[in-house]
Amino acid sequence: MQLELSPEDAAFREEMREFFTTKVPQEIRTAVAERRELSKEQIVESQQILNAAGLAVPHWPVEHGGQDWSALRRHIWHEEMQRACVPLPLAFNASMVGPVIAQFGSDEIKERFLAKTANLDIWWSQGFSEPDAGSDLASLRTTAVRDGDEFVVNGQKTWTTLGQYGDWIFCLVRTDPDAKKQRGISFLLIDMTSPGLTVRPIELIDGGHEVNEVWFEDVRVPADNLVGELNHGWDYAKFLLGNERVGVAPVGATKRVLAQAKEYAGEQLKDPLTAARFAELENELLALELTALRVVANSADGKPHPASSVLKLKGTELQQAVSELVVDLAGPASWASGADDDSELAGWARRATPTYLNLRKASIYGGSNEIQRQIIAKTILGL
Amino acid sequence: MDFTYDDEQQALREAVRGLVGKAYSDFESRRQAVKEDPGFDEKLWARLAEMGILGLPFREEDGGSGAGPVEVAIVAEEMGRVLAPEPFLTSVVLAGGIVSAGASPEQRAEILGALSGGESVLAFAHAEPGTRWVATAEGVTATQDGDTWTLSGVKEPVPHGARADQLVVSAKLPEGGTGLFLVDPSAAGTERTGYATHDGGRAARVAFDGAAGVPLGEAGADRTPTIAAVLDIARVMACNEAIGAMEVALRATTEYLKNRKQFGVPLNTFQALNFRAADMYVSLELAKSLTTWATMVIAGGQPDEMADAARRAALGVSRAGRHLGQEAIQLHGGIGMTAEYSIGSYTSHLTALDHLLGDGNFHLSTLVAGIGEYDEVDPLD
Ligand SMILES: Cc1cc2nc3c(=O)[nH]c(=O)nc-3n(C[C@H](O)[C@H](O)[C@H](O)COP(=O)(O)OP(=O)(O)OC[C@H]3O[C@@H](n4cnc5c(N)ncnc54)[C@H](O)[C@@H]3O)c2cc1C
Repeated sequence: MQLELSPEDAAFREEMREFFTTKVPQEIRTAVAERRELSKEQIVESQQILNAAGLAVPHWPVEHGGQDWSALRRHIWHEEMQRACVPLPLAFNASMVGPVIAQFGSDEIKERFLAKTANLDIWWSQGFSEPDAGSDLASLRTTAVRDGDEFVVNGQKTWTTLGQYGDWIFCLVRTDPDAKKQRGISFLLIDMTSPGLTVRPIELIDGGHEVNEVWFEDVRVPADNLVGELNHGWDYAKFLLGNERVGVAPVGATKRVLAQAKEYAGEQLKDPLTAARFAELENELLALELTALRVVANSADGKPHPASSVLKLKGTELQQAVSELVVDLAGPASWASGADDDSELAGWARRATPTYLNLRKASIYGGSNEIQRQIIAKTILGL
Repeated sequence: MDFTYDDEQQALREAVRGLVGKAYSDFESRRQAVKEDPGFDEKLWARLAEMGILGLPFREEDGGSGAGPVEVAIVAEEMGRVLAPEPFLTSVVLAGGIVSAGASPEQRAEILGALSGGESVLAFAHAEPGTRWVATAEGVTATQDGDTWTLSGVKEPVPHGARADQLVVSAKLPEGGTGLFLVDPSAAGTERTGYATHDGGRAARVAFDGAAGVPLGEAGADRTPTIAAVLDIARVMACNEAIGAMEVALRATTEYLKNRKQFGVPLNTFQALNFRAADMYVSLELAKSLTTWATMVIAGGQPDEMADAARRAALGVSRAGRHLGQEAIQLHGGIGMTAEYSIGSYTSHLTALDHLLGDGNFHLSTLVAGIGEYDEVDPLD
C-alpha cells in the first residue's frame, strides 16, 4: 500500500491543473463556479478546447482519440476538471454514446460519428426513458419497424435532457414485439431534424427548461443507423449505464461548492452548529473521495467496480446535502430567487433554492438511488 | 387536555376547505393564479374577507372577529393543504399581527378594518440583507424631525411587498432600539421591485430614501418585544401551514405508490418504498403534535413560553418538512421534478416556509445555548 501519487502521476496532476486553469476561458469557469446556467456555445467551446488537446474523451479507445491512461489518471483528469470549474465533456457524447459506438458500432458508423462526437460537432441526446418505462427501462414501447432500407419509428421518449440542443438522439427502440422484453430492443441513432420528430419542453420545479418530451410519428431512419446487432440493444444499454454510474459521483464539484460555501458563510462559521455541519460533510466527502480512489486503484481491467453504485448513491446524497446547506446559509435571502441583479441579496443566495430543488433529480436519474441499493443488495451482497 | 377541534372549529375548517380547497382543488388553477402578478386570486381574497377569515385574529372593535390562535391555525393549515398563494400568513398573521399588537386603537381600527374587509393588503417590511430572522432592524434607519419621521435603507425580501397597499416597516431608532412605522408605498421616497419566489409566492426589494413614516403606536419606543412575540406567533402559524402541505404531500405520495406501475407491478409492491412512506408518516405525526401543542401555548399568551414553543415546533417542522418534501419527490421519480405536477411545488413551498421566519438550525442554536438551564422539558407545565 502507498498513499502518495507516484512522481509521474503527481506531474500528470500538475499538468492537468495547469491546462484546465489556463486554457479554458475564465468566463466559462466563472459561470460554473457561480452555478449559472451555461449556454450551448459555452459548453461546445469548452469541449472543443479539451478535445484539441486530447482531453475530451481520454477513456475512449486510443484510435478514436482516447488516451492510454490508467484508471487513476482518468480519475485525476476528472477531478481536476471539476476543481478548475471546467464544464465536464457532455456526458451523452463522451460517456454514453461514444463508448457504445466505439465498442459495438460498425467501422462505417465509427467513421461517421466518433470524431464529431468527441468534438461536440454533434450534440447527442439520450432517448431511453418513456412515460411508463423509467426504472423499468426494458418495458419501453417505442417501436422501430423495418421497411426496406429504413426503420419506421413510432412512440414517445421523455425526460430527454437538453433535447432542445440535440442534433442526434440515441434511442432504445423495440424491434421485436414478440420477444421477452429485454430481448427485442435495439440501439438506434436518429437525426433529430427528421420529419415526424418533435421536441416539447417540460418545465421543472426550479423554473428551468432542461428536459423534454420527444415524439416520433412515422420517423424514417436509415437502417445503417443501427448500432451493433438487431435486438441486442439491451446489452449496449447496460454497458452504457454502467459507464454512466462510474463518473457520476461529482466529488470534485461537491468539494468545490462546499469550499465556496465557507466563503458564503462568513460570520456564520462561528456558529458551532453550522461549523459542525461543514465538518460532517467534509468528512463524508473525504470518505467518498477515498472510496473513489480505492475503486479506481483496483479496477485494472477497466470494468466498472461493483462499488460504483456506492459512489452514485452517496455522491448524489452529498451533492444534495451541500446544496441544502447553501440554502440554509442564504437563509431569508433564499426567498429572492426571482430577483434580478438589482436585488440587494447576493447572487449565490438567490440561486440557492432553485439549485437545491433542481438537484433533487440527481438521486432519480441514471438509475435511481433505490435501484442502486437494489444493485448493491443483489450483486454485491448476494441477497 | 384536549387536542381535538370543537364543533365550531370543525365548521370553520370545513368552510375554509370548501372555499380555498375548492378554488385550488386541481393544481392547474393554482399554477394559473401564481403565474401573473399579484400572484394570487384577488376574487378569492375578497371571498375570504366576506367569510370573516381575514379578520379572524383581530379584536371585534378593530373590525375582526376576535378568534384565537387555534382558529387561525385551522385556516393556515387549510391554506397549506392546497398551497393557496393568498397572503394569509404574511399579510394577516404577520403584518396584521404587528398592527394588532403594536398600533394605537385608532390605527388598529382603520388598518385592520381595511385588512379584514379585504380592501387593503398589508406587508411587514422587516427582513434586511445580511441579517437572519432577528427581531430588530439595523439597515433601515428612522430619523425624527419634530413630529415627522423619515425612513432610509433597504428591506428585502418583503413578502408581497410590491402588491401591498400599506407597508409596516421596522426601523432603527435614533436613540437605539427598533421602532415600527407605517409607510404609504406610493408616497415619495419609496421604491419597490417585486418578483416571484421559487414557490410561486411574491416578494420585493423595498428601498426607502427619506420616505415619510407614521409611527405605529407610541412614537420613538423600542418595539423589539412586540416584533419578537408576533414573529413567534407567525412561526407557529407557518408550522400549521406546513403541516397542511405535508399531509397532502404524503397522501399524494402514497396514492402514487399505489398507482404507478414499474416492473409490471404497482410501486407499493416494494416494501422498501412502503417503509419510506411509513417514515414520512412518523415525521408528520411528530411534527403535528409539536405544532398543535405550540398553537395552544400561543393561545396561553406567555411570551417566554410562546418563544420556547415556537422554537421547538419550528425545529421539528423544519426537519419534518425537509424529510417529507425530499422523499415525496424521490418516491415520485422524474414526475416529481416537474412544474406541471403538484408534488415538487409542495417541496418548494415547504422550503420557502422553512426560510421565512427561521429554519431548524436557527432555532436549534437558541435551544442549544439554553440547554443547561433546565433539567427536563414538560409540555404540560
Ligand atoms: C432531470 C432528469 C433528467 C433526465 N434525463 C434523462 C435523459 O436525458 N434521457 C433519458 O432517457 N432519461 C432521463 N431521465 C429519466 C430517468 O432516468 C428516470 O426518471 C429514472 O429512470 C426513474 O424513472 P421514473 O422517473 O419513471 O420513476 P419510477 O421508475 O416510476 O420510480 C418512482 C420511484 O420508485 C422507485 N422504484 C422504482 N422501481 C423500484 C424497485 N424495483 N425497487 C425499489 N424502488 C423502485 C424509484 O427509485 C423512484 O423512487 C431523466 C430524469 C430526470 C428527473
